[in-house]
Amino acid sequence: MGLARTHSVALIGLAGSLVEVEADISSQLPGMRLIGLPDAALAEAAERVRAAAKNSGCALNGHRLTVNLSPAALRKHGSGFDLAIAVACLAADGVVPAASVGAVVHIGELALDGRLRPTPGMLPAVIAAARLGHRTVMVPAGNADEAALVPGIRVVGVASLRDALIWHGARLDPQEVEVLCAPAEDDPADESLDLLDVVGNDEAILALQVAAAGGHHLFMLGPPGAGKTMLAARLPGLLPDLGPAASLEVSSLRSLSGRPVGRSLITRPPLESPHHTITAAAMVGGGSGQIRPGAAARASHGVLFLDEAPEFAGAVLDALRQPLESGRISIHRANAIAHFPARFQLVLAANPCPCGQYGAGDQECTCPPNARRRYLARISGPLLDRIDIQLTVTRVTAAQLRISADAGRLSSAVARHRVLAARETAAERLAGTPWTLNSQVSGPWLRSTERRLGAPVTAMLDRALERGGITMRGYDRILRVAWSVADLAGVARPGPDEVGQALYLRKGMAS
Amino acid sequence: MLVAEVLVARKDDLGRRGEDCAAEYLARAGYTVVERNWRCGQGEIDLIVAKDGDIVFVEVKTRSGTGYGHPFEAITVAKLARLRRLAGAWCAQFEPRARHIRIDAIAVIARPGQPPVVEHLEGVF
Repeated sequence: MGLARTHSVALIGLAGSLVEVEADISSQLPGMRLIGLPDAALAEAAERVRAAAKNSGCALNGHRLTVNLSPAALRKHGSGFDLAIAVACLAADGVVPAASVGAVVHIGELALDGRLRPTPGMLPAVIAAARLGHRTVMVPAGNADEAALVPGIRVVGVASLRDALIWHGARLDPQEVEVLCAPAEDDPADESLDLLDVVGNDEAILALQVAAAGGHHLFMLGPPGAGKTMLAARLPGLLPDLGPAASLEVSSLRSLSGRPVGRSLITRPPLESPHHTITAAAMVGGGSGQIRPGAAARASHGVLFLDEAPEFAGAVLDALRQPLESGRISIHRANAIAHFPARFQLVLAANPCPCGQYGAGDQECTCPPNARRRYLARISGPLLDRIDIQLTVTRVTAAQLRISADAGRLSSAVARHRVLAARETAAERLAGTPWTLNSQVSGPWLRSTERRLGAPVTAMLDRALERGGITMRGYDRILRVAWSVADLAGVARPGPDEVGQALYLRKGMAS
Repeated sequence: MLVAEVLVARKDDLGRRGEDCAAEYLARAGYTVVERNWRCGQGEIDLIVAKDGDIVFVEVKTRSGTGYGHPFEAITVAKLARLRRLAGAWCAQFEPRARHIRIDAIAVIARPGQPPVVEHLEGVF
C-alpha cells in the first residue's frame, strides 16, 4: 500500500532541526500510530488529523496508518506537526501527489473542522527551514505574515487543510472558511513614557543616557518614591532601533514564547521587568519537556529591569552571571541543550535598607545596622562587580520641583538622538575590533598607548587606586564609563571632567 | 413486540446475514468452514475456518452503512484480545496440536437494496 513523506521543523530553543514525516498505510484494522518520541500534545495529533481530514471532505484511509517522525531519537514537542502528518497520510493514500507534498515544509496545528490554527514559534521554525535549504514552506494563514518576515523562502499561507490539499493538486472544490487569527497584540510597546516626566534627578537622567550610549549595566539605590522604577521604565525609550539581525532574534524569541509577532519585525528594544518572586527557571528559561526562554532571554537586545533587587532569591540573581559574561544562556537537559541569546542591559533598583528610609534625610531609618548591612549584601559581589554604573537616587525636594518647571527638561526623542550619535562615535572608534559598545571593551585595550589618557586626566582615578578606594577592575570600568560620557558630550577624548563624572557614577554607592 | 425488541431483532438478523455472507466469501476463497458461532463460557467466535493446515478464527462485523464509521473501526483491542483467548480455548478443546492459527477480521457493509460488500483483513492480532 501507500507511502509518502514530507517535512516539518522541530525547535530546541531557538535552533530548529528538520523532521521528516513519513506515513505508511498497511492492511490492518483502522488506527493511527505515531512514532518518533512525540510529547503528549503531539501524540494527540492522531485524533486531530483524523477529524480534520474527515471534516475537510477527504477522510483518512480506513486502514492502519503508521506515521514516523524522523530522526526518531529527537524528542518532538507541540502541535505544529499536524499539517505535515495530515498531508503525508493523504499523500500516502493518493489523494494528493506525493512529489508535491515531499518538496514543501509544513508547519501548523489543525482544528477539528480542518482549519489551521496559528502556531507558536513560527518565526524561528521558518528561519530554520530557510537555513536548511528549503524553498517553500506552508503555514497557517494566521501566521503567514510572521513567516513572510524571513527572507529567501516562499511562504504559502493556507486557511484550512482543504486549501492545502487543493494547493498540492487535489481535485476538491475550494470552500471559503473564516481564517483563525492569532490573538491581537497584548501590550503594544509603551512609547508614552517620556523623560520629560522626570522631575529633578538630573544626574540620574545623565546616568540613563550614559548607560544607553555605552550599553552599561545600571544599579540605582534610593529610598521609596525617588523615581527608580520611573527612570528604569524610560531606558528602552533611549535605546536606538534594533538592527536587522537583532530584530529577527527579538521577534523569534517573542514568537517562541507564544506571543503574537504581527506583520512586521519588532524594531524597538524589549523591556522585561519580572516580579521578585521569579524562580531561576523562569529567569533563564527551562521546562521539563519543551525548553522555553526565560525573562533574561526575552530581554535580549533590550532591558532586564529587576525592581527591588535584594528581594530576589540569591540563586536567581547569580544565575544571571553567566549570561552577563557570555551574552547567551545554555540550558542543559539529559536529551538536549538549548541555547538562547541573552545580550540584555541589566538595570537593578534597590532600597538602601528594609524600611527604605536609610539616608533619605527626611525620615529616620528604623532598621538595626545589622539588617541594613544584610539587606544589600543579598546582591552578591560578583554580580555587582559587573555593573558599571552605580548610582544613588534621591527624593525630589520641593525646591527642585519649583526650579524644574522653568529649566528646560530633556525629552526622550532628544536624548535618543544624543545616544545614537554617541553610539556612532563609539562604533567608529571601535571599528576593526570585535566590540561595538564601550561596555564591551577590554581593559588592556583602554589602557594601550594610543588610548591612554594623560596623567593629568586620570590623576583623580590614580589617587583613588593608590588609596585603595577602587580596584584595578573598578579602574577599567570607570574608564569605560568615561569614554561613554565623552561620546555623549561630543568630546573626542575623555578629559578630567568626564573622568570625574564617571567616578561619580561609579561611586554613587559606597563600594 | 415492543419497538426496541423489533430493532434488536433486526440487528441480530443483520449480523446473521453478514456472517452468512462472510462464510460464503471464505468458502469461495478456498477455506473450509469448521464451525460457526462456537460458544463457550467466555464468549463466542463468529467463524472458524481452515485452509492449508492453518486454522483461522474470524471476527465478522456487519453494518448497514458507514454513517457511524467503518465496521473495522468497531473491532477494538479488547475485542481482539477476547478473540485470542477464545481461540486458545477452542484449540485446547478440539485441536491441541494446531500447527498455525491466525485471527482475521471481515467487514460486511450491507446497504439496503444493494449487494453486500465484503472486506477481509488477514492476521489482525
